[in-house]
Amino acid sequence: MSKNRSFMFVLMLVLLISFAGPAFAKPIEIQWWHAMRGSRGDTVQKIVDGFNSSQSDYKVVAIYKGAYDEVLNAGVAAVRAHKQPDILQSFEVGTQTMMLSGAIYPVYKLMADNGYKIDWSQYLQPVLSYYMNSDGNLMSMPFNSSTPVMYYNVDQFKKAGIPMLSKEKPVTWDEMGEITGKLVKSGVKGGLVTAWQSWTQVENYSAIQNIPFASKANGYEGLDTELLINNDKVVKHIARLKSWMKDNRFYYGGQKYQGPKSEFIAENAGIYIDSISAIAKLKSAAKFKWDIAPLPVETWNTQPQNSIIGGASLWVFKGLPKNHYKGVAAFLNYLAGDGPQILWHKETGYFPITLTAYEQLKSEGYYKESPYQEVGIKELTRATPNKNSRGLRLGYFVQIRNIINEELELVWNDTKTPQAAMDSAVARSNVKLREFEKTYK
Amino acid sequence: MKKRAFFKSRSLPYLLILPQLLITLTFFYWPAAQGVIASFQLSDPFGFRTRFVWFDNFIALFRDPLYLKSILITLFFSGSVALISISCGLFLATMANRALRFTTLTRTLLIWPYAIAPAISGILWLFLLHPSYGVVAIALNKWFGLDWNPLLESSHAMLLVVMASAWKNISYNFVFFLAGLQAVPHSLIEAAAMDGASPFRRFWAITFPMLSPTLFFVTVMTIIFSFFESFGIIHAVTQGGPGGSTNILVYKVYQDGFIGLNLGSSSAQSVVLMVLIIVITALQFKYVERKVQYTG
Repeated sequence: MSKNRSFMFVLMLVLLISFAGPAFAKPIEIQWWHAMRGSRGDTVQKIVDGFNSSQSDYKVVAIYKGAYDEVLNAGVAAVRAHKQPDILQSFEVGTQTMMLSGAIYPVYKLMADNGYKIDWSQYLQPVLSYYMNSDGNLMSMPFNSSTPVMYYNVDQFKKAGIPMLSKEKPVTWDEMGEITGKLVKSGVKGGLVTAWQSWTQVENYSAIQNIPFASKANGYEGLDTELLINNDKVVKHIARLKSWMKDNRFYYGGQKYQGPKSEFIAENAGIYIDSISAIAKLKSAAKFKWDIAPLPVETWNTQPQNSIIGGASLWVFKGLPKNHYKGVAAFLNYLAGDGPQILWHKETGYFPITLTAYEQLKSEGYYKESPYQEVGIKELTRATPNKNSRGLRLGYFVQIRNIINEELELVWNDTKTPQAAMDSAVARSNVKLREFEKTYK
Repeated sequence: MKKRAFFKSRSLPYLLILPQLLITLTFFYWPAAQGVIASFQLSDPFGFRTRFVWFDNFIALFRDPLYLKSILITLFFSGSVALISISCGLFLATMANRALRFTTLTRTLLIWPYAIAPAISGILWLFLLHPSYGVVAIALNKWFGLDWNPLLESSHAMLLVVMASAWKNISYNFVFFLAGLQAVPHSLIEAAAMDGASPFRRFWAITFPMLSPTLFFVTVMTIIFSFFESFGIIHAVTQGGPGGSTNILVYKVYQDGFIGLNLGSSSAQSVVLMVLIIVITALQFKYVERKVQYTG
């Protein structure tokens, strides 16, 4: 009798579990590999948590996979092993590689296929246009976008008797010569340092001055593009910086974490050019008053173009289970919403990508409270992006940036003249561009 | 019944060696072969488009004057690292071999640096010699008016990475030299001393020849170390700069392949690097090993 009873009990249990199954259906898991560490990573998690608690069909899992290049590599390896994540964050210089990879599901198509009618004109155009193909269709979702700006040490400016800089009207490079001269004279060790010299002093310099960086509309109109940075204007700019090295009005602080930022924080330099996303670090580390101004322009340049962006965007991979795409689309839609965009902008310094989020921040009075946060947006939106300022679309761009960095270092240490260095940068980069072209032919 | 020391079966030895063979094939020969194949191809990172281009990648490499420069830089770098770390290691080992007091402590302290990861050792040296926050660099500037700047000056940067790499490797060499020195019979040294040979003479005539197998081993290992394992130091300290002046071959492979995703060129560079290290090692065995005396 008791044997029979226990058998019945087990049977009931089995039936119960198999019927209850659908009611406890697990949400579909969506993997997002990213490169956001520290406080940026915390903000990413906050946004993801927001999405996950807003619905129960999907669960986004955000995974930190290392620095930008490491994330891209992880993505490449995953695709090769047919184990790709749903969403991959890739930095802006990897755009051409991702676009031509044949491994991605374009975002404009994903959104349309899943019934999202998005008015793309409500987005910040200089940001969108970086990730559009030549037909004007969005290939990846902009996520963290920044642009270079100029930070300056307010205390040192006051001491040297230099008036504060305007947040809208850029100073000219000639004026920069005077300002840095005064700084050095007042006892500051150096005038200007710059991070990411290729990005700030060559790529953005060219965009703002409306000079092409490469042929074929900076690479947007064909793989047979060539670099054009050995032109008079860029060479003259480099020569000017070089001449400022004599009296320390400009000095070289090394690449990446070797130091330009720490030079500014240690008050060794009065002016520092870097991404707008350096705000977060300066807020916590700088023990002096600082402010932000737009990048300088040439005296002859009365209509400065918009600066170009840096940062990363989100790519969706092909070949995932069908039921994932609806969730991915829902998540990207959520991400572009005002709430997450405003949170992202406030906590990291990166731009909000929609105009509605920007308008809301304005009406909240956020920029009255922290006006320096708006300098980058204004610099980015002061002109309609044209062929020279839309962005850069080059194959092996990481290597090309490396080449430009190397050649600039050879100028700074007296090995080459600015002209010779830029000529060599063009010749060496063109070899890489031809290799890239050959791969995709 | 008699015990047999060997087995009749012909297949058993092969069977016993099979696991080792499989591991070597999977983890060494297979990837190496893949690398060689990739060096003849142009491929997009995702592997959807692959073109066979014969020797194009190699031709492009050897047409690039900077690549040739990178080979010279590597040879100079590893030569200097070997010279410094071997001579210092040998010197310290002879000293430590003689030390009468605190022997264990001295030896432990001398072995320590080897336990430090290359990247960490690079950062340590950077903290000492960075032009803005390096303690030693600031002192050099203050007391001697020396404008030390490895961020800008190629020779300073080279000196810095050579010091950082050699310093780390001294300990490794020290351990082997010390073991070698302990194996030299005391009776020989004492006999020579009684014959009136100076300490210097005793070292050159007796100790040094008996150390030659160790010396040979250490030289080969140090060269290989400086070709490959110094990667971490370069990455942490100079990242190949300024202007490519410390861009040794293995770092260039990483930069072009891992960061730049230029797989064809990077594979070709790996093949060149492999051939180079094979040639160097073979030369060492051919010419140096002859002079080595294996005794005892």
